[in-house]
Amino acid sequence: MLSPQNLQRIEELKKHYRTSQALVLPVLWMVQEQFGYISKDAMKYVADLLKLPYGHILGVVTFYTMFHPHPIGKHHIEVCTNVSCMLRGSGTIVGYLENKLGIRLGETSKDGEWTLSEVECMGACGGAPMCAVGEEYHEHLTPEAVDRLLERLS
Amino acid sequence: MNPVPAMEPVILPNIKNLHLIDIYEARGGYKAFRKALGMKPEEVIEEVKKSNLRGRGGACFPTGLKWSFMPKKTDKPKYLCVNGDESEPGTFKDRQIFEFNPHLMIEGTLIACYAMGIKTAYIYIRGEYGKWIRMVEKAVTDARSRGYIGENILDSGFSTEVVVHKGAGAYICGEESALMNSIEGDRGYPRVKPPFPAQYGLWGCPTTINNVETISNVPLIITNGWEWYSKIGASKHPGPILVGVSGHVNKPGVYEMPTGVSLLEIIYKYAGGVPGDKRIKAVIPGGSSTPILRGDLLEGVCMDADSMKTAGSAVGTAGLIVMDEDTDLIAILARIAKFYHHESCGQCTPCREGTGWLEKILNRFVRGEGQKEDIDLLMDVANNIEGNTICALGDAAAWPVQSMVRRFRDEFERRVASPPVENLVA
Repeated sequence: MLSPQNLQRIEELKKHYRTSQALVLPVLWMVQEQFGYISKDAMKYVADLLKLPYGHILGVVTFYTMFHPHPIGKHHIEVCTNVSCMLRGSGTIVGYLENKLGIRLGETSKDGEWTLSEVECMGACGGAPMCAVGEEYHEHLTPEAVDRLLERLS
Repeated sequence: MNPVPAMEPVILPNIKNLHLIDIYEARGGYKAFRKALGMKPEEVIEEVKKSNLRGRGGACFPTGLKWSFMPKKTDKPKYLCVNGDESEPGTFKDRQIFEFNPHLMIEGTLIACYAMGIKTAYIYIRGEYGKWIRMVEKAVTDARSRGYIGENILDSGFSTEVVVHKGAGAYICGEESALMNSIEGDRGYPRVKPPFPAQYGLWGCPTTINNVETISNVPLIITNGWEWYSKIGASKHPGPILVGVSGHVNKPGVYEMPTGVSLLEIIYKYAGGVPGDKRIKAVIPGGSSTPILRGDLLEGVCMDADSMKTAGSAVGTAGLIVMDEDTDLIAILARIAKFYHHESCGQCTPCREGTGWLEKILNRFVRGEGQKEDIDLLMDVANNIEGNTICALGDAAAWPVQSMVRRFRDEFERRVASPPVENLVA
């Protein structure tokens, strides 16, 4: 299931950890990077690979908010609504995004292009309000900046 | 009170491309590590102890003392965890180190490993910082290629490995024992203490955990000596500190300053004051868990452990959130409560259930349905969480509520007397 490169990376990682269980997070990241989400079959595969119970993998996947047990949109927009962003108008940004994309927080558009999520503090409070698309942070958001961002992505 | 003299930044100095190893070395980088390798490990610990460096991750615990808890004679391997999980709302300082001065953190990590006889260090970074994780990985690779990491470092006979470990989105993993469980590939559940990490940490082996900024102070102490360091800023909590200022200020951002600078100076001199010259209604001084302070009582309150304690709050992660006179504090508190409810790991009943109730009751006030007795109910729930949980997340959820009710009871009473016509958004 995992690419040969990833399997090679796992072999290298084994040197750095005392148990194979410690590879759960790194391996789940590989799965998600390769497939976009972590399916039940993928969880079973990781369980077999690391010789751990499936329940353990399921427990880990569902504990961490960044692991997706279901497919998500091609573009994942994560808007911070925590205190610092709230004080700088994240409410307006959320409303604007919901209107533009025609979906609410937590939803994926029917064409599978967009997923809009509310996230907790992303550590960019100095650039509030902000959102992240993948690993890119977009700070000091305004409705105009959101327009430009969506245009670039679509 | 005498103003604290400003200092040239040393954690985040204004040097272009300092993140590149060539520039870092040209500016004297890794000389502290070389110097430490020429000292006895216990001399390094003693130096850090005398410097009075205190942790920058929230608890202000003396770093040298923490290091001295590590057993000298043990047949088990020892570990260092560098905590870069930075997830406390209002905190965004460690990311600056990853981006602008990662080698300082790596050098501090190596010195710490040498001092405590550690062969493997894990730098745990929150998953959301994917871009910054790659920056740190690049810096680690470069440091290894120059012979600072690996076997027989600089022919000293000392060997150590540095591994970057990516989190996956969980505030609780910033708690030291949850972080260790996370590295072990488990859910981030905090562990019951004692035993403390120095006895029973990663895989049951002696482990020390230091915050990214804390560890980045270490090379400065080794280079300049403990006396130099201990004279910077507040005497009982000395050194440079990265203060993140956010919310209603003209120039939000991370500012490096000595400890002990007054909050008003931070807000008005460093962060350019409040937009529209509005009054400050309240500040959260050190990240969302630290007790809220009234804006009209900020005179003389400084960013150091003692001053904050006197004022009834804490330095925390020095993430200062400023709220102007028009802020709906109840909406803000409801948002904070939502955060702790979301991030509670669910192990302890008081926290798992209590954080949910705090959020529910506060949302009642937001909707204008709060009753007078709900004010005391909030306190009751918060008091029953505080001190009754395995880790400090329960306390972190209780403190904002307790301090807000204590210091802004009038806000709640006004909301009961005249509920808002429509939902207010801060």
